[in-house]
Amino acid sequence: MALDKIGIAKRIAKEVKDGYYVNLGIGIPTLVANYVPESINVEFQSENGVLGMGPFPFEGEEDADIINAGKQTITTLPGASFFDSAMSFAMIRGQHVQLTILGAMEVAENGDIANWKIPGKMVKGMGGAMDLVASAENIIVAMMHTNRAGASKLLKRCSLPLTGVGCVKKIVTNLAVLEVTPDGFQLLERAPGVSVEEIQAATEGNLIVTGTIPEMEL
Amino acid sequence: MIRKEVANVKDALAGVTNNMTLMLGGFGLSGIPENAIAELVQLNVTNLTCISNNAGVDDFGLGLLLQKKQIKKMVSSYVGENEEFERQMLSGELAVELIPQGTLAERCRAAQAGFPAIYTPAGYGTEVAEGKETREFNGKMYVLEYAFKADFAFVKAWKGDTAGNLIFKGTARNFNPCMCGAAKITVAEVEELVPAGTLNPNEIHIPGIFVQRIFQGAKYEKRIEQRTVRQKS
Repeated sequence: MALDKIGIAKRIAKEVKDGYYVNLGIGIPTLVANYVPESINVEFQSENGVLGMGPFPFEGEEDADIINAGKQTITTLPGASFFDSAMSFAMIRGQHVQLTILGAMEVAENGDIANWKIPGKMVKGMGGAMDLVASAENIIVAMMHTNRAGASKLLKRCSLPLTGVGCVKKIVTNLAVLEVTPDGFQLLERAPGVSVEEIQAATEGNLIVTGTIPEMEL
Repeated sequence: MIRKEVANVKDALAGVTNNMTLMLGGFGLSGIPENAIAELVQLNVTNLTCISNNAGVDDFGLGLLLQKKQIKKMVSSYVGENEEFERQMLSGELAVELIPQGTLAERCRAAQAGFPAIYTPAGYGTEVAEGKETREFNGKMYVLEYAFKADFAFVKAWKGDTAGNLIFKGTARNFNPCMCGAAKITVAEVEELVPAGTLNPNEIHIPGIFVQRIFQGAKYEKRIEQRTVRQKS
């Protein structure tokens, strides 16, 4: 069965390693924080200027001066720090943040990503996405494998305006875990009960299947 | 000591005229110069170019200037959550330049630090880089982005002293420190203005040299854009 958003978040949480500083995008990536094992030490960065983000505050304890990049009220954990926007992107551009997890509208087999603009629709802006994808050493995209109309979002070439070129390393969808290689999307894992054929049918870009593909462990 | 304090917001904004380019600190509604924005509305200056990460919401922040059609152009990284903005943008009344958030910060900082331009990897290969100079360093491609030029920077800090030294609080810091000294005149508004010598020099985030005018804001609403809470279990 294909994963839901929580399933995708749970699978991505396994990619988060002890000692990582991690930037989480809006949507499914935000959920990843809930499934990182307590046995490892991780700090979450929000690009508006905080490291060591904690959960939402208790009612009555919200502070307009402490928010995340989604403008939501948050708390901080022991060891947290605040900093300005230039320093925040110094952490990102300077590759001090080890892992970036973000959503996408389209990913291409060459690692291009599109997630900020749909021509003809109101454009809200790229925020920090272009800085993040251009800089991070390790980028994982969390997304549904197909759009609502059933069309593949894993393409030969992106059709939407790009956010970054050749930057995506790994993709976790509701159907599969894939790695971007010079030859295309290497299939690493299947969602429980999902066949290679189903993944193939949902992937427009070149899908590379080598040997037996294991099911994800969640 | 060089004194930077002015009596009120009116004095702080003396010299602001039509057609100017303004920098305004803040991320979302957090850390925005509320009092300077209110005064810009009062002054009714128009044809403004505003460099600000966001454009406020319909009835707060820069949305107040948009309502009165005082802004000609916005330079921002994200402009959602604002219907009037969307209307003016789609009708062509308002010009909008969208740039990556880190590039926005660094173009401010470059102006502050005396760099004419910077190279950034952000936006390479996308429409953001169209028509711009690019260059390879160590096998990776970068885009040349120029330092901003602005007439006034309006920033908001938590505490400040009469010498113009500033301390920020939480994530209300955001773009504010990057904009200090990045325009011809930097105007800082603070929640609490104290005599010079009161603040610990070790704890100053922005030295007064980057600030020309400082005043204590008459009031702060500090509106929360997305109130998210958890229940006590």
